[in-house]
Amino acid sequence: MNSTLEKKHGFSYAKYGYLFSIPFIVAFLIFNLYPTIYTIVLGFTDSKGLGNITFHILKDDPFKNFRAVLNAPTFKTAVKNTFVLWTMNFIPQITLALLLTAWFTSRRNQIRGQGFFKVVFYMPNIITAASVAILFNVLFGYPKGPINDLLVQTGLRDSAFYFMNSPKATRWIVAFIQFWMWYGYTMIILISGVLGINPEIFEAAEIDGATDTQIFFQITLPNLRTILTYTLVTSLIGGLSMYDIPKMLNNGNPNNATLTANMFIYNQAFQGSYLYARAAAASMIMFVIIAFFSAIVFYLMRDRK
Amino acid sequence: MTLEKRNGNPVVKVIIYIVCIALAVMSIFPFVVMVINSTRSTYEVQQHAVSLIPSSHLMDNFKVFEGKPFNPWRGFLNSLTVAVGATVCTVYFSTLTAYALVAYTWKARDAFFTFILCVMMIPAQVTAIGFYQFMYRIHMTNNLLALILPAIYAPSAVFFMRQFMLASLPLELLDSARIDGSKEFHTFNRIAMPIMKPAMATQGIFCFVNTWNNLFIPSILLTRDELKTMPIMVSLLKGDIYKTEYGAIYLGLTLTVLPLFFVYFTLSKYIIAGVALGGVKG
Repeated sequence: MNSTLEKKHGFSYAKYGYLFSIPFIVAFLIFNLYPTIYTIVLGFTDSKGLGNITFHILKDDPFKNFRAVLNAPTFKTAVKNTFVLWTMNFIPQITLALLLTAWFTSRRNQIRGQGFFKVVFYMPNIITAASVAILFNVLFGYPKGPINDLLVQTGLRDSAFYFMNSPKATRWIVAFIQFWMWYGYTMIILISGVLGINPEIFEAAEIDGATDTQIFFQITLPNLRTILTYTLVTSLIGGLSMYDIPKMLNNGNPNNATLTANMFIYNQAFQGSYLYARAAAASMIMFVIIAFFSAIVFYLMRDRK
Repeated sequence: MTLEKRNGNPVVKVIIYIVCIALAVMSIFPFVVMVINSTRSTYEVQQHAVSLIPSSHLMDNFKVFEGKPFNPWRGFLNSLTVAVGATVCTVYFSTLTAYALVAYTWKARDAFFTFILCVMMIPAQVTAIGFYQFMYRIHMTNNLLALILPAIYAPSAVFFMRQFMLASLPLELLDSARIDGSKEFHTFNRIAMPIMKPAMATQGIFCFVNTWNNLFIPSILLTRDELKTMPIMVSLLKGDIYKTEYGAIYLGLTLTVLPLFFVYFTLSKYIIAGVALGGVKG
């Protein structure tokens, strides 16, 4: 990518490359790297108490906070919930997105109104998750709420059901909101992936008399492998930082059934005794988990030359 | 090949349309209930929680907010300030950084790009505790700038801009600008930026929406009521003082999502295209 002018005149523009990267790098150092190091350091201190910014390094037992977090039953519950909630949403989400992708890209069933369906399916994704969660809390209200009204009126249930008091129901509602907000996004990504596959492969398969189902499983799916893995890992990373929906829907209740890792961190640092050090240690543990999955995305997206 | 095979099975087609329409209803229904109920009184909502006919109590529901902490106009202004500020920072500086990566050949360039790929996926929440304490130390909590300035660092936007720029910015154009005596920074602002407009619009929309919707970081930094952004405002609706005011809760929710509906339905074409573009980066 050497500029031709550069070669002719022997003048180097290289310094502008460094110069124009400065704002990004400075912002990174101040707002990302420094807070990261700060968090790591806090994990090895006794930092706690609202508004207290003095702390001491734990010299005798540096890993005390990490041990405390890893041994805390609520942390284990939170990490487990995070993975469980993610799985409960991701399996239906990817299944439906794949089905819709197969339908919308089928050359035999020309589906009309695709533009409209895409716009409507994607819509929940851009709406504030906090608002959506509170809306669902009201919709599933007890004893009076739209969903209970519909259930009783249609005779599906004799009496109203207290959704927010049932661990199972609350979990499914969190997973449903997550699914409902993200299947449209996943579908659009997969469709654009299919459109990137060489159309000649599909034409050849059609001439050979392959059915839609055969084409989907033997051509579309194998060609989507990279995009599917990318979707899986990015969704997992997003799922690991889940906070807004379970927090706003029912604050992790009932019985911590929807308490996630990020909620655990928030509760440690900004409630009760303001245990910043312990929250920092928990953050670092999540950081390592997320960095591991990020490495997979990085591996998938590297420049292939 | 029979005719039926070429055109697909009509029964299958009918099933596809039924499923798609059902999913469309599923996307819209909660919001319809929300908007309609925001015009109904608490008594009406309690009698029949689902109705498709608007009522006449919109103004009564508005009055419930008077003198209470949920202040949609404040929230709107604060969110707008943060979202516009962050969007300008992200779009301008990400384009500039991408320009550094594309237009110039420098020693550390490839390493810098690899670095951007590495840090792209790390979510901000994992280092929030350090960020909070740092901001607290320099008295930047309860300051909207603490939510705006970090947007200068947006690795995924840089990645997107770079891919777009590689495909659409001819380097010969920069050379001819140099021959005409244009300074490098001027060339970026006057020649590269206009070419990048479509990519900047895409990144701008997504940055705006994401910043607008952000809850975690604002909720730990902003404790003063007059600085609270929309997602924090909306969480106040769960408080006890609104517990029995169903109409007002629906109205409050409607007010928080109305700006997003407006943005989405005016720009949906670009948003959908932008999502599709993001997907092929793999």
